Amino acid sequence: MILHTMLDYDVLRFIWWILLGVLLVAFAVTDGFDLGTGILLPFVGRTDLERRVVINTVGPVWEGNQVWLVLGGGAIFAAWPQLYAVSFSGFYLAMAAILLALILRPVGFKYRSKRDHVQWRAAWDWALFVGGFVPALVFGVAMGNVLQGVPFRLTPDMQIFYEGGFFGLLNPFALLCGLVSVAMLVMHGAGWLVLKSDGAVAARARTIGIGAALTTIVLYLVAGVILWSFIDGYRVTSEVITTGASNPLFKTVQAHAGGAWFANYAAHPWTIAAPALGFLGALLAMLGLARRWEGATMVFSGLAIAGIVLSVGASMFPFILPSSIQPGASLTVWDSSSSHLTLFIMLVGTCIFLPMILAYTTWVYKVLWGKVNPAEISDGKAHAY
Amino acid sequence: MDLDVVGLSRLQFALTALYHFLFVPLTLGLSMLLAIMETVYVMTGRTIWRQMTKFWGVLFGINFAIGVSTGLVMEFQFGMNWSYYSHYVGDVFGAPLALEGLMAFFLEATFVGLFFFGWDRLSKVAHCVVTWLVALGTNFSALWILIANGWMQNPVGASLNPQTMRMEVDDFYAVLTNPVAQAKFVHTVSAGYVVAALFVLGVSAWYLRKGRHTELAKRSLTVAASFGLAASLSVVVLGDESGYLSSEHQKMKLAAIEAMWHTEPAPAQFTAFGIPDQAARETHYAIHIPFVMGLIGTRSLDGQIPGIHELVELADVRIRQGLLSYDALEQIRALGGKGPVPNDLRARFEEHSDKLGYALLLKRYVDDPRRATDAQIAQAAGDTVPQVAPLFWSFRVMVGLGLYFIVLTATFFILSARRKLDAYPWLLTVAVLSIPLPWIAAEAGWIVAELGRQPWAIEGVLPTAVAVSNLGIQTVLTTLIGFVVLYTILIIVEMKLMLKAIRKGPEDEAASPQGAASPLIGATPALRTAPMITTE
Repeated sequence: MILHTMLDYDVLRFIWWILLGVLLVAFAVTDGFDLGTGILLPFVGRTDLERRVVINTVGPVWEGNQVWLVLGGGAIFAAWPQLYAVSFSGFYLAMAAILLALILRPVGFKYRSKRDHVQWRAAWDWALFVGGFVPALVFGVAMGNVLQGVPFRLTPDMQIFYEGGFFGLLNPFALLCGLVSVAMLVMHGAGWLVLKSDGAVAARARTIGIGAALTTIVLYLVAGVILWSFIDGYRVTSEVITTGASNPLFKTVQAHAGGAWFANYAAHPWTIAAPALGFLGALLAMLGLARRWEGATMVFSGLAIAGIVLSVGASMFPFILPSSIQPGASLTVWDSSSSHLTLFIMLVGTCIFLPMILAYTTWVYKVLWGKVNPAEISDGKAHAY
Repeated sequence: MDLDVVGLSRLQFALTALYHFLFVPLTLGLSMLLAIMETVYVMTGRTIWRQMTKFWGVLFGINFAIGVSTGLVMEFQFGMNWSYYSHYVGDVFGAPLALEGLMAFFLEATFVGLFFFGWDRLSKVAHCVVTWLVALGTNFSALWILIANGWMQNPVGASLNPQTMRMEVDDFYAVLTNPVAQAKFVHTVSAGYVVAALFVLGVSAWYLRKGRHTELAKRSLTVAASFGLAASLSVVVLGDESGYLSSEHQKMKLAAIEAMWHTEPAPAQFTAFGIPDQAARETHYAIHIPFVMGLIGTRSLDGQIPGIHELVELADVRIRQGLLSYDALEQIRALGGKGPVPNDLRARFEEHSDKLGYALLLKRYVDDPRRATDAQIAQAAGDTVPQVAPLFWSFRVMVGLGLYFIVLTATFFILSARRKLDAYPWLLTVAVLSIPLPWIAAEAGWIVAELGRQPWAIEGVLPTAVAVSNLGIQTVLTTLIGFVVLYTILIIVEMKLMLKAIRKGPEDEAASPQGAASPLIGATPALRTAPMITTE
């Protein structure tokens, strides 16, 4: 097959780096409000009916949203196999925690209201809280660790050895990033609840959401300052070959490269748009919540999430996963992708199916448009959760 | 199986996969049955068919929820527990998983919400289309997963790149059209249809036996019996195709299933019963049926099926050839990616690169396979024999049950055609008691396919023992226990909710607020034929 050489290997790698960001943002923006809603559930819903309203706002859409995570996993496996192998095995127990938390979610949504029993329902409510909180926290903690570099090494035949324990992941900076993640998803979930519900639930969500947006701004700023002052970046010191074989060991890297994580912003000032979007989006979301711009608030908090996620990528480019104990083994855009052919085939698949997905997802949201009506839930007609 | 990291990781994968596979087949089949039932509703306008769709839909939903969660575990586990595997074959194996997400899972998961929440928001036809899209999505999902799995059984269209030390795709079309994957897809999907058909059959039979919801039960029985008969015939035919393909691509698996210790003169006999003894390499108390094995495996009277002993000898030869390739590979890698690889070195690597995986079998015993002794090579060759007894028995359980399903569904098909579904109460009891059997057959099938692939993660390419992540025993044990505890709780909860929903029975459609249906409630024969004139 010659077709795939129409696009150069480095172009494809760059496209797939962008697509990696798109997938992460899509997951954080869509499934993000489900997770945020789960976290908010015990706090914005006081009565059983209120809680069922909260659950039913995400009831019809969470399954579709969670596919962004499934697709993210699959796409990383297909396009960045080394990243998939190193991160999933390295963050082993953290990944397991995410999985266990996410398993609780589907069954929680589905089973909670199937029995009319106070303790049964209360237990599942807290399961849904855990199912939202743990993934939100762990994804942020993972980002915080990636920014600092992860203690893994590669043997010449590409066996992966991870030398850090689970508790090493829970360092102060990583936990701070985890809190940024939780705060931004709570903000986003609150925006969703304001849009999809009325009365007391929406009022409580509005109050918490404003606080969460403010917290997001403050913590994101603090994280940025700490990154600037205390966290050294990484820098490739050998010649950068962008079209070579995907073998991370063919290069040398300097760790403790002070200011390296901000070099891209200096070299390409337009990339400052990402962190700027993070701040501005959260600020506008806060304003939107206060002024009751329901639809626009979701757009603003979505943009804030996009800005925050993309700012991590923009800071680190071309690094994707730096190694703190064998810097030369760090995974970069240019040496940890799939083969030229696989990247091309996957791009073709994406170009065919992604527009279709966006089209029918939009249609589904349109069909489901409108606030959740508590009356419909209590008479049990609409197969509500 | 030793309980080291490899053993524990295998145990965890097997448990989570077998568990996941309790829910997937029912989802596959039930989604089709729902789509069929709703189509009948749209075509005839009879509310009972909508009532059926909703009722079986509730059971579908309970099952779907766990299927989704446990599926996520499967996708993450490759990276978590099998990181060398993920690196080594991600270039090939990852693509079908990603395409599954893009093409199938999004469709299924996005529309499943509308299936439950869309009854009052969509027109009849639009809702029916949504149901079909869910069914289509689940079936496409199975297609991509089995393309991925088929590649593990028969790795076509890829070769090892010495620079990156992994398998890379050269021919994606070959991966897609892998004959093993195609046969497995239809076999597995049909098996899923049988699971759902016998589930609906059994639950409906229980209602008939109790004299409850008889109208719904009789119609459901008719649908399930005809769908189930077609599916169980398809399972057996495609199962036979799988067997035939194994004789071509996975000779050792076939020999182990048959406990065929030595090559026999063609056409080989089929061992209907026996007690396989792996240590002595013989089968005690064997009952043979002449010719049958040769016919199944080669579809001829003169094709020979190699026995285990001969295949082990072949593996010994392949290990030695693989070592030549391994040596050349090490020299190429020593160049460090700098400068061109000398042609003679490349030629030496490529001559036996298809047997490189056999050299990797030695990694269990020595770090550098080139230093292996003859004794270690013999041991590694012996490792290529999977566990014979569980394969032998799982296969016979699967086939025996498969034949039984044909008889059962055919019986109910005839009863339904003669309108005598409730004439023989004992047959209804048989149907109720048969509900768990297709699950046993499906799990046995998984064991045949995956245990039969051992010691390979990727047949002939990557040994399972090499594919594993470098994790601590305690780490893997922690998650293993976590999954076992959580999964046990979930299955208890799931069964309770299923039983509760079944006992409760269908919702009374008369209470439905839908305008379109209300004139048809308690329909008189004249109204029953009313087509879909009204829409909501």
